[in-house]
Amino acid sequence: MADTFHRKIERSAIGFVLAIIAAASVGGIVEIAPLFTIDETVEQAPDMRMYTPLELAGRNIYVREGCYACHSQMIRTLRDEVERYGPFSLAVESQYDRPMLWGSKRTGPDLARVGGKYSDFWHVAHLNNPRDVTPESNMPAYRWLGRTSLEMDDLPMHLAAQQALGVPYSDDMIENAARDAYGQATPDTDFAAGVTERYGEETQVSAFDGVTTHVTEMDALVAYLQVLGRLTGAAYENTAAPEAKPEPEG
Amino acid sequence: MIGQLTSSERQNAAVIAVVVAIAGMVMAALGRSDALGVHGVIVMLFAGGVLYILMSTFYEPEPTEDREASYYDDPIKVGIALSMAWAVFGMFMGVWVAAQLAWPDLAFDAGWSSFGRLRPTHTTGVIFGFGGNALIATSFHVVQRTSRARLAGQISPWFVLLGYNLFCVLAVSGYLIGVTQSKEYAEAEWYADLWLVVVWVTYFILYIRTIARRKEPHIYVANWYFMAFILVVAILHIVNNLALPVSWGHAKSYTIWPGVQDAMVQWWYGHNAVAFFLTAGFLGMLYYYLPVRAQRPIFSYRLSILSFWGITFFYMWAGSHHLHYTALPHWVQTLGMTFSVMLLVPSWASAGNALLTLNGAWHRVRDDATLRFMMAAAVFYGLSTFEGSFMAIRPVNSLSHYTDWTVGHVHAGALGWVALITFGSLYTLVPSLWKRERMYSAALVEVHFWLAIAGTLIYVFAMWNSGIIQGLMWRTYTEEGALAYSFVDSLVAMYPYYIARAFGGLLFLIGAVVGCYNIWMTVRALPAAVAAGADVPVTPVAIPGE
Repeated sequence: MADTFHRKIERSAIGFVLAIIAAASVGGIVEIAPLFTIDETVEQAPDMRMYTPLELAGRNIYVREGCYACHSQMIRTLRDEVERYGPFSLAVESQYDRPMLWGSKRTGPDLARVGGKYSDFWHVAHLNNPRDVTPESNMPAYRWLGRTSLEMDDLPMHLAAQQALGVPYSDDMIENAARDAYGQATPDTDFAAGVTERYGEETQVSAFDGVTTHVTEMDALVAYLQVLGRLTGAAYENTAAPEAKPEPEG
Repeated sequence: MIGQLTSSERQNAAVIAVVVAIAGMVMAALGRSDALGVHGVIVMLFAGGVLYILMSTFYEPEPTEDREASYYDDPIKVGIALSMAWAVFGMFMGVWVAAQLAWPDLAFDAGWSSFGRLRPTHTTGVIFGFGGNALIATSFHVVQRTSRARLAGQISPWFVLLGYNLFCVLAVSGYLIGVTQSKEYAEAEWYADLWLVVVWVTYFILYIRTIARRKEPHIYVANWYFMAFILVVAILHIVNNLALPVSWGHAKSYTIWPGVQDAMVQWWYGHNAVAFFLTAGFLGMLYYYLPVRAQRPIFSYRLSILSFWGITFFYMWAGSHHLHYTALPHWVQTLGMTFSVMLLVPSWASAGNALLTLNGAWHRVRDDATLRFMMAAAVFYGLSTFEGSFMAIRPVNSLSHYTDWTVGHVHAGALGWVALITFGSLYTLVPSLWKRERMYSAALVEVHFWLAIAGTLIYVFAMWNSGIIQGLMWRTYTEEGALAYSFVDSLVAMYPYYIARAFGGLLFLIGAVVGCYNIWMTVRALPAAVAAGADVPVTPVAIPGE
């Protein structure tokens, strides 16, 4: 009987197309649609802040360079991962991440909680030549980041696009995006105060690459790496976390 | 190239090329200070190149005979050439990035040549460049022969083929200059994605119209798979790539899917790109070229039905097995695991159906390397689908995920299944398409076969070893209850395997180069042998297809 039924379907091109669409749609609808409606999908984290413009620019460099091909940002709920990298990742921690950068391969270590684990100086030395810091490393050297000025003029447009997608950036943040990016990497200027005012006292304002006169892609990338895992303390609450949330550097 | 087009069709084709060139000009103007501008120039050059070819042959004689009395094979021939060119490019990039993991200074201190930028040129080059062109070319061939009707368009096959290659060029050149969404296997940015939608819809309309013209009452099983491939890839591509550009002048966009939802959509896409691009499409190839070459009918019609609908239904649930133990809700992970295990049934139904088709033709498998390519492909298909279902089981995944085991699994599928079935199909297709009696050199097909098998096995064994060692080192504890190895310890243990893997890939690449030479010489050096008139559509004596 199945034979005869199928012999009918396979005589009709349109019928076959509709049958394929019907069969192929079910799985996606059942698995994806509820993720937007079920409250437990994403936890609440009232203390969570957005990326600053400089961190967002750094994140976009991380995206551009394809770092996700070797570094995950997703600590699984496994004992050895929690002990190696820190508390397991929560969904809320990537609620502003577009795209998510959970990754699928660890040629290098997970970076979900790398923020605050090393100094800015270490990161700059490591990015300039990973083998200076870790002789066995096979990571590419990213020397040119420190030679490349950061494009900051269009950061307001980037924040506006994020706002349009639902990230709660205020109009004030959008308007000041370029100034805040500059200020976060130049602690001695008047622009620095605006960053902590808009993004919170815990925001790290620093001459990330050690040079205060010039904001480079290195500044942005290090600023992003230093905030990984530190946008919210939610993962350190109510878990068996062996450690406390790293404090920002003074 | 345009000998089959009438002068009004040539004009229309020229108009399309001019419109695309103008679109490129607009992109170049809007994206002056952005990578978008570079891509605008590339679009203009591409469209200009097509226009140049059109114009330089514009006044060649028009077709005189009835075109409906012959199959439309010119786009297929160009598709095969493009497929082999992308194969060499993509595999070369693969060997290069593999070597970078062993010798990181092979990036030569430049941005464009760092691992993160080159790696997607490898994946896009082989999956979309090599695989995609092979799928387009063989689907055009199979749909005409099994429907006994000519393609339902004169310009549209060219538009699909060349438009698709423009997408590939935009994607690959983009990664080198830092244009990427960093969504695995969907890295190309919004404008390239939009362009691919236009191309793909044209492909679908062309395909379904050709099937509607068929002179056979039934749609052959190979076409079920090609239809599923075209349809579902369209759905996946559109949903996963929904994004908001920063502005019309920016190449950069932000996906509309945030965090955990993005992860689910991405792996629903990613795993089904494997299912409907790398499996369904190539099963379409298998279901036509394997029985043709073996001169045996498909073993079981019922198994074909079972495996087709099983794959179409089950695969779409399986993507979440990429997200075990993550912040994705547990019930979605469990569903993904369950369906991944069930997938073994339709997958082995296909592999078994292919191997049982060879019953009675095993002497041909022994003597004919082309058929052996397809036999080995079916075996690797069975092996890697078993491995895939196994790795989707949550506790197994806790060990295998994030390690080289995944890379080994992917390559068992990509080299062992996708590439071997493609080479087997092309070695069957090329002589028949160019009306040659056989390939230029059967010995070189044999050389290619053994290079491909050796390369695949070296690669896969290296990655199995490194992946399992890695996974075990990460979770090994000392007697005092501390982690036994630092991350760097596990990396140091990988180096010998990374060198072996690069060597395996190199063998596979050399095989592909040998294949290119053999195809080139078949076309150039062998005389046409098959009498014209043997391989033609049913002449339209007013029997409508439906």
